[in-house]
Amino acid sequence: MLDAATLDTIATQVAEAQAAPHTMPKLTDDFPGLDVEGGYDVQDRLLARWSADGRELIGYKAGLTSKAKMEQMGVTEPSFGILMRDFVDCEGSVIPTGGMIHPRVEAEIAFLMKDELAGPDVTIEEILDATEFVQPAIEILDSRFEKFKFDLASVIADNGSAARFVLGGRPRRPRDLDLRTIGLVLERNGEIAALASSGAVLGHPAEAIRMMVSWLHSRGRTLPAGSVVLTGGATEAIPVEAGDAVFARFQDMGEISVRFA
Amino acid sequence: MALDPKTIETAGDELFEAWGANATLAPLRDRYDGIDIVDAYRIQERFIARRLEQGARIVGKKIGVTSKAVQEMIGVFEPDFGQLTADMQFEDGSTLDLDQLIQPKAEAEIAFVLKEDLNGPGITPVDVLRATDHVRACFEIVDSRIDDWDIRIQDTVADNASCGVYVLGEDRIDPRDVDLTLAGLLVEKNGEPCATGVGAAVQGSPVNAVVWLANTLGKLGMPFKAGEVILSGSLAPLIPVADGDELVAHIGGIGSCTARFAKLGGAQAGAASTKESANA
Repeated sequence: MLDAATLDTIATQVAEAQAAPHTMPKLTDDFPGLDVEGGYDVQDRLLARWSADGRELIGYKAGLTSKAKMEQMGVTEPSFGILMRDFVDCEGSVIPTGGMIHPRVEAEIAFLMKDELAGPDVTIEEILDATEFVQPAIEILDSRFEKFKFDLASVIADNGSAARFVLGGRPRRPRDLDLRTIGLVLERNGEIAALASSGAVLGHPAEAIRMMVSWLHSRGRTLPAGSVVLTGGATEAIPVEAGDAVFARFQDMGEISVRFA
Repeated sequence: MALDPKTIETAGDELFEAWGANATLAPLRDRYDGIDIVDAYRIQERFIARRLEQGARIVGKKIGVTSKAVQEMIGVFEPDFGQLTADMQFEDGSTLDLDQLIQPKAEAEIAFVLKEDLNGPGITPVDVLRATDHVRACFEIVDSRIDDWDIRIQDTVADNASCGVYVLGEDRIDPRDVDLTLAGLLVEKNGEPCATGVGAAVQGSPVNAVVWLANTLGKLGMPFKAGEVILSGSLAPLIPVADGDELVAHIGGIGSCTARFAKLGGAQAGAASTKESANA
């Protein structure tokens, strides 16, 4: 357990690394007492700091949701992070890479919630009932750690590598689709870069929300009505640089196109 | 250097006997100097001819080596094909006898069933869609008659593209009702998610794999007829199987297919029946 002053110090270090993008060594090198709970305590401080700056929380993201990534990190549940309104870019837009260190893109399914979800054990059915619509998403990740060297506590303190995200394509009612088997193709500069189906996220992307609501509950919070939820990359993360065009196709949900400059 | 007809016959007979006895052979490439892909298809023809002599009947084709990952692994940048016989086909939900297979692995695929002949070369994707009666989810259980799956392209082609048996899902979908390129796959093994994939993993689209097959068969002067089943290639990496496993493939917009695995001691009908006569 780290004391409040140390958590404040870490939060300042992360906020500065994100604001004027630069890399830092993994946080557990300098703060060996940092654990997963401490990582989420740092996130709380980031949120307080950003809210004080007039920035608005609009939802949450799940990360490390695929079996491969969980095994790689030696964890059995996803990591979570916060999404601010100013993280959003529009479909078809040109995203500057100047504000990022080593951006990577993932294709995933986003949920827009119409009702609040709370408690330790919501069901998939309750999640689908509480969903306004699901939509294709491209998430742009940017780890602030040198050479992507990090551990779970560090990546959580870095807000799950959250950077930017784009929602687009066709909003759909969740019960009109089989969310286990939405095929996804992620192309970079016209070539297939990653392939998956939505079931790569815990068998069903709503499973990530089930775990997220339980995590929020453990920290005395809920998933508010109106939240945007990114359920985690179904594909692996693909590096992008200025000049790249990225196109993601989702079965029966349309596509998203963005470029990087 | 092409192999002589006598050698082709010997190699085909060896594979036929290994298949019947559930045995494996040392890789052909190490034992038949100069064997190339054309030789391998002639060996496959001999292997299949021996099965037809035993009463087997050709009902379709399988396409293999369709994913970029597998192509890079074996250094061959086009698919291959093998022949499906009636005794290899099982119904949705079947329990497959592991005692009739050697070193099986499962591939979840989209199967095409033709309603018109496809006479290549010159076949395009639109011809394939027009000639397709329906598509179905399926499992191909690949198996190798080569020691420890130690295969290069010549070995697998000669060995009927490493085909074992296959299970066709019950749901039949008109190709006009599904986006085959974006059809997503989730495979559950004993109720847990174990593999995912998408149609585009097969040559950019499973339709492209069938186009390749039609044109390749056309060049070889081999028939490709209405009613044939085509296993178009694996959407996901190979899945190991063991006694007691149940695999379910869900393919978005198409349906599901279930295959179970057990040691039944060779008492099963279907694949077993021709193997027994081969051994007799």
